[in-house]
Amino acid sequence: MASLLGRFCRKLVVPGSAHGSRMVSTTACDSEAVKSLNLYSAINQALHIALETDPRSYVFGEDVGFGGVFRCTTGLAERFGKNRVFNTPLCEQGIVGFGIGLAAMGNRAVVEIQFADYIYPAFDQIVNEAAKFRYRSGNQFNCGGINLVFNLPSKSLLLIRLLFIGLTIRAPYGAVGHGGHYHSQSPEAFFCHVPGIKVVIPRSPREAKGLLLSSIRDPNPVVFFEPKWLYRQAVEEVPEHDYMIPLSQAEVIREGNDITLVGWGAQLTVMEQACLDAEKEGISCELIDLKTLLPWDKETVEASVKKTGRLLISHEAPVTGGFGAEISATILERCFLKLEAPVSRVCGLDTPFPLILDAIKSTVNY
Amino acid sequence: MALSRLSSRSTTLLQPLATTSLLRRRHISTDTTPITVETSLPFTSHLISPPSRAVETSSQELLSFFRDMALMRRMEIAADSLYKAKLIRGFCHLYDGQEAVAIGMEAAITKRDAIITSYRDHCTFLGRGGGLFEAFSELMGRTTGCSKGKGGSMHFYKKDASFYGGHGIVGAQAPLGCGLAFAQKYSKEEAVTFTLYGDGAANQGQLFEALNIAALWDLPAVLVCENNHYGMGTAEWRSAKSPAYFKRGDYVPGLKVDGMDALAVKQACKFAKEHALKNGPIGSNHHAFAFVFEQILEMDTYRYHGHSMSDPGSTYRTRDEISGVRQVRDPIDRVRKLIIAHDIATEKELKDMEKEVRKEVDAAVAQAKESPIPEPSELFSNIYVKGFGAESFGADRKELRATLP
Repeated sequence: MASLLGRFCRKLVVPGSAHGSRMVSTTACDSEAVKSLNLYSAINQALHIALETDPRSYVFGEDVGFGGVFRCTTGLAERFGKNRVFNTPLCEQGIVGFGIGLAAMGNRAVVEIQFADYIYPAFDQIVNEAAKFRYRSGNQFNCGGINLVFNLPSKSLLLIRLLFIGLTIRAPYGAVGHGGHYHSQSPEAFFCHVPGIKVVIPRSPREAKGLLLSSIRDPNPVVFFEPKWLYRQAVEEVPEHDYMIPLSQAEVIREGNDITLVGWGAQLTVMEQACLDAEKEGISCELIDLKTLLPWDKETVEASVKKTGRLLISHEAPVTGGFGAEISATILERCFLKLEAPVSRVCGLDTPFPLILDAIKSTVNY
Repeated sequence: MALSRLSSRSTTLLQPLATTSLLRRRHISTDTTPITVETSLPFTSHLISPPSRAVETSSQELLSFFRDMALMRRMEIAADSLYKAKLIRGFCHLYDGQEAVAIGMEAAITKRDAIITSYRDHCTFLGRGGGLFEAFSELMGRTTGCSKGKGGSMHFYKKDASFYGGHGIVGAQAPLGCGLAFAQKYSKEEAVTFTLYGDGAANQGQLFEALNIAALWDLPAVLVCENNHYGMGTAEWRSAKSPAYFKRGDYVPGLKVDGMDALAVKQACKFAKEHALKNGPIGSNHHAFAFVFEQILEMDTYRYHGHSMSDPGSTYRTRDEISGVRQVRDPIDRVRKLIIAHDIATEKELKDMEKEVRKEVDAAVAQAKESPIPEPSELFSNIYVKGFGAESFGADRKELRATLP
């Protein structure tokens, strides 16, 4: 499994330059040092960089002080102090609402929801407050925006920084085998139905670091789901410097001609295996990582389907009303005459995530 | 209580050879003559006069407390080993240290009173009359479990004993509990609902919503905060401005109870139940005085294990603290000392009882291990009511297809 992940994690990444801080004076870019990291370490690194580069950024949530349940916030409280990295009481609605207010005052609030299964008390805040703040105030207020900051580090150097501030909500999502009803859910579809927020899901450590930094620096509220199955399982070479991966840009991680496969997050691991198996039968698969689900990169998927003529979408969440339905409908509208077969969805069953113990081990190794 | 079966021992018990005490030792018996014991700590109250510290009990009750708490303790330790042996998977939240709350509460109420709690529910289930076999089966996900193997550790239920579970989402049981209380009041059952939650859940918005509703509509609800001082890894002083959870109800009377003392818990629950069932306000001018039937009981308790089996429990508190509480405040030791002091049984007899309990638990575990896991078709059952559901199929319609029964 580790070698499999290593294979498809090796794709080149284009560092983002369109977003984030633009510095007038250039600092020497560090050499391309990379380090072998797993997912939670990559996210930890991203958070360290985010807090380092912007003094008005904060990380908070339940139990983040000692490093968090998945160790994503290790070392942050010690390094940046308890005023910037702190534990909150157990109240998701309050935590997210608090984050929205903080962001509205020109700060970067990075909120951690301990498990995506617990995000529902905060759903009202995300949908009714975060997503609509800018819209209903005619752009007077928002929980994501632009700050112009002037720094004078030395007599001769004037530093002008364009800081995008905003709200980022991070939550571990997805099945981990034995998680049961409340530690395995994939709720991304609920959030993809809300104009005004962005939904981002990384597939690997290198992607996660870049996408998280982009999300934190994006001037819109972002919900960032991290595949918990991969926290320790996925290991990849991750560059140590500050880099960003652009949002709303899908990536073709494997080229092919016969069929297009679209997925995100941990599911891509499974799909990559399927591509290898299909190749043995002579089927050439094109695999696309959507990365950002809202707003999603329709052009890339459209171009691919126009080439292959077939589309298969796969996600862990239940099939009915899952995000695959949106992709299917859109591609149908855009590529109807090019499609050789109906769009197929290989998704989760329409049940609550069940209590499964070892029976699942025959198909999923965890 | 269904759990304990006491038999009167015959004179084959060994008499201690030499004692300094000249009192003739009573045999262990089903003696129900009342003994009055004073609770170790007084009750602290809010907006109400606290009950007396003198609690009426009996030898039978004390022995049943001991045996049932020992059973609960042994069950939790067995669950710990089963989890480490990977026979229990997922999330397992253990209750050892907090047994006195479950036991004391049961002693004060009937099976018609409802209990609803969070995910730390194994011992509460046992207290409600649940069996060890059902408990272990459910933990290991077998069909013989109390939730047919579909709920797991966090979702134990027992309908015939009015035990409404077993809830994974923190604080979600609070409004549910108030709903149960409403139903009880509506059907004039003379029963109350005990809604248990933790110090972590005490900061959830829905708790205050439930509190207000129960007070507004005069519901026979008793909200019990099992304050074990840690919301997973966060200590209470770091998450609550006011850790006096019994006062958090503001206009709702509250009582702070030593949750490690089963007798104090029993007294408090009895008091709360009576208060909740009173039909009329106290005080002379009942138009001005708003009588609140509801009450908050804060149980000052402690859990020895971490939050769950995935949490070592030592990153946010010291081992000294844990062992300190174990030495000074352990609920089972407290009852043991009471029993010995009142000459109800000897140390050896109690140890024998513990050995018996251990055998019982081991037998239940062995039996549960042999039980079958649910059929794959169970994946699709009980999503909706029988006969009212939809068809469900996997990726390939030809490969996996199931129609809900």
